[in-house]
Amino acid sequence: MSNQHAVPTNQKTLKGYIKGVMLSLSLTVVAFLLVGLHICPQYQPFLSNVWVVAIVSGLAIIQLIVQVHYFLGLNRQEGKWDFSAFLFTIFVVFIVLIGSLWIMYSLNYNMMH
Amino acid sequence: MSQIDTHHDQDEIAHFGFWLYIMSDCLLFAALFATFVVLHDPAYAVHGIKEFIDLKFVFAETMFLLASSFTFGMAILSSYHHHTKKVMFWMIVTMVLGGCFVAMELYEFAHLIHEGNGPAVSGAMSSFFALVGTHGLHVSCGLIWMLVMLVQLAVFGVNSDVQRRLGYLSVFWTFLDIVWIFVFSVVYLMGAL
Repeated sequence: MSNQHAVPTNQKTLKGYIKGVMLSLSLTVVAFLLVGLHICPQYQPFLSNVWVVAIVSGLAIIQLIVQVHYFLGLNRQEGKWDFSAFLFTIFVVFIVLIGSLWIMYSLNYNMMH
Repeated sequence: MSQIDTHHDQDEIAHFGFWLYIMSDCLLFAALFATFVVLHDPAYAVHGIKEFIDLKFVFAETMFLLASSFTFGMAILSSYHHHTKKVMFWMIVTMVLGGCFVAMELYEFAHLIHEGNGPAVSGAMSSFFALVGTHGLHVSCGLIWMLVMLVQLAVFGVNSDVQRRLGYLSVFWTFLDIVWIFVFSVVYLMGAL
């Protein structure tokens, strides 16, 4: 009985780690290749910078979800408090980032015009 | 039975406490990212960050960190089966990979300062060094923590306390890998455009 309790509730598996690392690896390679080709002088850029920024951000967010799922094993059923703290943190991070950018952009705009 | 349950509950509370620390660390990094994004604008920087970004170098750093996350996962899996030697082996592999990452970062910093792009040059460089440096400092702390865990493993083997601490360290190490995703995306990849 005590032996069972010594084992953490969110047991990880080899399969999960391999899946996580493979997905992370492919997402990273795609992001680096995309930017590498985009700035390479031999290739004609096929996307505008804004698109590249959007795709790289998207890939980063997907990789965040992959690593949180496969490496941290965070899920709604087992770690209710962990999960709500995580959502709240994302919310605050969003406010800090978007808020700072918004304020600084607006300040910059008002200084110039 | 009830004693075991209480112990189990305490473990869960302790785990939640550590998770909250990690979440607060996210806020620290959010502030540093916001600072970097606001200040890095090439229009105001003396030397743009673009000039010194070497994508191959950063890709190698990323691979070291990702591989170290995986090898640390192997250490955690071995700890389920109480294979002390295996846990120690994977932990040492993780430390070597993490050490390579820190060494590359220090080399990059030294190179930048030598070239005259130190943190005092511009707001962009200050925020760059603050963000990347804070991440590197966390990784270095993780390496020291691993060293401490190696000693504990050698002395106590894999008992429930050591297992719990390994669990915290694994959360910390994965968190650093996740922060690095955003560092390479925002600082290096978007900076290289």
